[in-house]
Amino acid sequence: MSTDTPPQDQPGADERRQPSWRGVAQVDDDEAAERERSVRFSGGSAALLRELLAPYRRAIWLLIGVVVVENAARLSIPYLVKEGIDTGIPPIRTDDNLTPLTIVVCLVLVAAVTQAVARNFFLVRSGLLGQNVLYEVRRRVFRHFQVLSPAFHDDYTSGRVISRQTSDVDAIYEMLETGFDGLITAALTLVGTAGILLFLDLKLGLVALACGPFLFLLTNWFRRASSASYRITREKVALVIVHFVESMGGVQAVQAFRREPRNQEIFDDVNDQYRRANLHAFRLVAFFMPGIKLIGNVTIAVVLLYGGYLAYNGDVTVGVLAASLLYLRQFFEPMMEISQFYNTFQSASAALDKLAGVLREEPGVPEPEEPHRLQETHGEVSFDAVRFSYTEGRDVIPGLDLTVPAGQTIALVGTTGAGKTTLAKLATRFYDPVEGTVRLDGVDLRRLTADDLRERVVMVTQENYLFSGTIADNIRFGRPEASMAEVERAATALGAHDFIMALPDGYQTDVANRGGRLSAGQRQLVAFARAFLADPAVLILDEATSSLDVPSERLVQQALQTVLSGRTAVIIAHRLSTVEIADRVLVMEHGRIVEDGSPAELIGSGEGRFADLHDAWLESLA
Amino acid sequence: MATDLGPDPDSNPPAGVHSLWRLRGYLKPHRLALTIMLLTSLAGVGLTIAIPLVTKAIIDGPITNRDLSAVLPLGLLALGLGVLEAALIFWRRWVQSNAVLGVETAMRHDLYERLQELPMGFHSRWQSGQLLSRATTDLSGIRRFFGFGMLFLLINIVQVIVVTIVLLNMYWPLGLVVGAAAVPIVALSMRFEKRYVVISRQVQDEQGDLATHAEEGAVGIRVIKSFGRGEHVSLQYEEAADKLRDTSMVKVRLAAKFWTFLEIIPNLAVAVVLLLGSIGVGRGSLTPGELVAFITLLLSLVWPVSSLGVILAMAQEAMTSAARILEIFDTEPSIVGGSEVIAEPRGHLRFEHVDFAFPDAPDELVLRDVNLDLAPGETIALVGATGSGKTVLTSLVPRLYDVTAGRVTLDGTDVRELDLKHLRSLVATAFEEPTLFSMSARENVTLGRSEASDADIDEALDIAQAGFVRDLPWGLDTRIGEQGMALSGGQRQRLALVRAVLARPKVLVLDDTLSALDVHTEKLVEDALQSVLGSTTGLVVAHRASTVLLADRVALLQDGTITHVGDHRVLLAEVPAYRELLAADAELSELDEAVTA
Ligand SMILES: Nc1ncnc2c1ncn2[C@@H]1O[C@H](COP(=O)(O)OP(=O)(O)OP(=O)(O)O)[C@@H](O)[C@H]1O
Ligand SMILES: Nc1ncnc2c1ncn2[C@@H]1O[C@H](COP(=O)(O)OP(=O)(O)OP(=O)(O)O)[C@@H](O)[C@H]1O
Ligand SMILES: [Mg+2]
Ligand SMILES: [Mg+2]
Repeated sequence: MSTDTPPQDQPGADERRQPSWRGVAQVDDDEAAERERSVRFSGGSAALLRELLAPYRRAIWLLIGVVVVENAARLSIPYLVKEGIDTGIPPIRTDDNLTPLTIVVCLVLVAAVTQAVARNFFLVRSGLLGQNVLYEVRRRVFRHFQVLSPAFHDDYTSGRVISRQTSDVDAIYEMLETGFDGLITAALTLVGTAGILLFLDLKLGLVALACGPFLFLLTNWFRRASSASYRITREKVALVIVHFVESMGGVQAVQAFRREPRNQEIFDDVNDQYRRANLHAFRLVAFFMPGIKLIGNVTIAVVLLYGGYLAYNGDVTVGVLAASLLYLRQFFEPMMEISQFYNTFQSASAALDKLAGVLREEPGVPEPEEPHRLQETHGEVSFDAVRFSYTEGRDVIPGLDLTVPAGQTIALVGTTGAGKTTLAKLATRFYDPVEGTVRLDGVDLRRLTADDLRERVVMVTQENYLFSGTIADNIRFGRPEASMAEVERAATALGAHDFIMALPDGYQTDVANRGGRLSAGQRQLVAFARAFLADPAVLILDEATSSLDVPSERLVQQALQTVLSGRTAVIIAHRLSTVEIADRVLVMEHGRIVEDGSPAELIGSGEGRFADLHDAWLESLA
Repeated sequence: MATDLGPDPDSNPPAGVHSLWRLRGYLKPHRLALTIMLLTSLAGVGLTIAIPLVTKAIIDGPITNRDLSAVLPLGLLALGLGVLEAALIFWRRWVQSNAVLGVETAMRHDLYERLQELPMGFHSRWQSGQLLSRATTDLSGIRRFFGFGMLFLLINIVQVIVVTIVLLNMYWPLGLVVGAAAVPIVALSMRFEKRYVVISRQVQDEQGDLATHAEEGAVGIRVIKSFGRGEHVSLQYEEAADKLRDTSMVKVRLAAKFWTFLEIIPNLAVAVVLLLGSIGVGRGSLTPGELVAFITLLLSLVWPVSSLGVILAMAQEAMTSAARILEIFDTEPSIVGGSEVIAEPRGHLRFEHVDFAFPDAPDELVLRDVNLDLAPGETIALVGATGSGKTVLTSLVPRLYDVTAGRVTLDGTDVRELDLKHLRSLVATAFEEPTLFSMSARENVTLGRSEASDADIDEALDIAQAGFVRDLPWGLDTRIGEQGMALSGGQRQRLALVRAVLARPKVLVLDDTLSALDVHTEKLVEDALQSVLGSTTGLVVAHRASTVLLADRVALLQDGTITHVGDHRVLLAEVPAYRELLAADAELSELDEAVTA
């Protein structure tokens, strides 16, 4: 490859295997990046698995012990049967003495019960172990996703977050569920029979064990082929999930715009990709499993021929040959089980790889190593020479100096896309500035713990997401310990009480899927009440009243006036009605503050953008 | 109405063999493969028996008789049979991969297709996590059963029955003992099935709930972050995960108990047979050889019987999965199109005595006796308080919901009689939530008209003042991120507007689509929209006087019904409720007075 590929502002846009509908993105979050990630972290799965199992070391040894007991009991039954026939029958024949037989039968019963008890113990305990490990995986992954910054989530998409937490975890579950006991039994049998084979007859045993290298080669091939294949499977199932989740989330637009056929096409495509990935993996297994069987059967035939020849020459006894053959069968029987387990293990380890990759992802806005503990909060927010861009080379905020003194209410206005929300996201540390510092009460936000910061600075985002659950739960989200009376007080202050009481179960009404039970304005009120109740020192409202009717907006504003006294507030709004309650207005253009002053000053000056804006707005009211 | 909602997501219809049976259609195309799978498995069982026989023949025959010439052919026979066995396994697995994946893929296709057809009434009630877990976990459970469980269930049962018959033939009194052992096994299996179905359904539902939590944790991440509630949602998630763990443990315990019984019963039978058989031999009613053969065969039953436990559990799970999937297949889409097509659509929209109640609250009328007539080309602004039913009213036009009573007509035809695709091509809505997808900007805006040319797109971009799209790093081909999260609020809204305009509808519905725009941009969009709305019937939901001015007339929605229709200024002067809703903006003039004073 030459290095002088054409100057590109669309790096490899056409060589991506991406279908065009997906569009091009800065960070191509898809397979390529994923694969790179997993390569970077390869070996992550083993380390993660070891770590997860570490607390259960003793339990695992106990389980192994129990399996040994179980197998001993199981194997003793045929032996006891032979004993029963050999020693139990003659006394009956001679003097109708049933005692020896009864003893043996009792021993059989004991063995059967022991085996059953051991088996039950094992199943329950290993099930518990598996469930605990699974729980731990889920817990860690979920928590880690919560720690990762919004920037990560912007690229990663929720569908993939979900697929990590569902289908990948399922793959691990499958491994833990299938054949863990089989694996132990098989491994024990394998080692034991190999020893016995060598013991019975060294030459014959060596011939039998000569299959080892072939088994090794086959397994090695399978390991390499299947780990690549299973990794692709995990990626493909994530694609299916991403598309599924997204189209179900936007089903309203899908139906209204007759998108169904196209969606079906896309879904069929990813579904088929997933099928093919799976097919490939399954076919590898279709080679691997019979391959093991083949090696086993050929070895048996070879031992049979060679042993027959030896026996013919009198080098081994017929009994030894027979025993060798029997044990050889026993040697290969568990191989099938091991390979089955190995197969699910490979699949799980691809999943573990993905999860380990996620867990090693560093949060874009890390917690401070030595946090500064805030004592008292005044709520002064300052931006010092802040530069910020979402993508390299496209500054959204080229350089910003701003101080919002504690207790001040600021209105932030400006054309859409000017960077208002971005400014708010910097103040709440959704992102860290590329250059410069954002401070709260003089302390760099990077030195505050997330908990400290979020307790003091709360933002009502432009997109108000409600969680499934009741209205009360949603309002209480910011402060779960709040009493019902407080919840109602917050709702009443914002004028939301009446509509909530009109719902079938009042505050206990389920808002349904993503708040679908409520109208847009009602959702906004609930989201607002949520922030209200959280009662932070700094409140940032990003278009928090845009979907409200005018009387509701007025109510909210009255409530704000009382609640904002003594609190720092940044109100982002297009309706200049909000400006009414602001002490200071900032006008933003292209990431810069172009005007700054009290509303009266700015309007009074008669020119300038805010005055313009105000005129245009007055005109729009006409 | 029942069909509208489908089964309650929280109720569990019984699962059983019939659920799986109803999915048999998916196996039809793979009949050949299934037959091959069955035959190769049976042949495999035969070979497993045959190969040791050959071994025995060699040891008993040529070697003992010192006849070297016979060793080679028999040895080669063993080799040949061994290779054949491997080949059969290969064949079965190869065929099986194709077939079961085909079944799974087809079911997923159908599931997705059905979900896309189901109306909003369904989707607003079902957690998407529950839908997702059906499309993934449940389907792969069924796949596993079809590929593996079903086959071995059959083979194991056949093996058990055949061996039992052989045993009965060999020595019937002992055979009866073995047969009697089947009674507790069958009884236990039946009891187990009942309880296991319940518990595995519960596990699957809880998995769905957990998926929902995972989804909310991801989609709501920005809200969670801004309130610093990561810990809180993590705890909620862990609680759900913990619940799932507990339920799974109940399931594990139940299964363990059952499997243990399946293992102990054959062993007990062995003990009894040993006792009675030995006595029989001692008393001369049975030869020792017979007893040995009998017990050997009996022991060979232990594995098929005990593995039956695992397979039955798998079958139960597949049944519950099938039941969960059938819940969706059984929900008939209540909104299906008629057959009529308007040859020359003009866009005459009429609401006639429309009543509406949400399907899950049928007694509570959200809209009552709504009457409204939109002449072709006319634009009407719909004004009403928060939660008054404006969005619902607009969603009746493209039939996202259907009226409860009365009718909505387009050019004189009831919308329910129109072909659904046709209707939806005539109506385009810019929703209050922009609803964008993580696809290219182009794909997002051409949602309603995929054949739109670049010139068309350019025109629509200009109307919606969405020129910013051209400045994105890859222009129209830029992926705009999930929910358009890489865009500003106003940018998202304008893209949704571009989408609606680009669809070139006869009826354009704008549901408060300019709320996130600044005044300048709003003005520009409105001016540009005038040209579109000149020839298109428009229904514009408005909270601000500025938006109302787009319209020729205004309709006031109060308490679920339209109380006034008329000119903005007239209503403003004559209807106090209307003044209350819209003129309040004028209060801001108080601010001006303050400023000028
Ligand atoms: N996550 C993101 N990744 C990349 N670019 C982004 C992202 N979020 C916003 N932008 C871009 O940054 C610019 C500023 O966006 P921002 O959301 O701050 O605007 P805004 O002033 O809040 O506008 P609006 O009034 O429309 O909400 C826009 O051009 C937008 O496209
Ligand atoms: N899926 C649902 N099930 C039951 N009731 C619902 C459902 N969706 C909305 N509602 C109720 O129906 C009423 C009308 O809702 P709608 O969304 O039409 O209001 P809207 O007039 O558009 O309000 P907004 O101005 O806030 O958007 C509301 O009171 C709401 O609570
Ligand atoms: Mg914004
Ligand atoms: Mg609405």
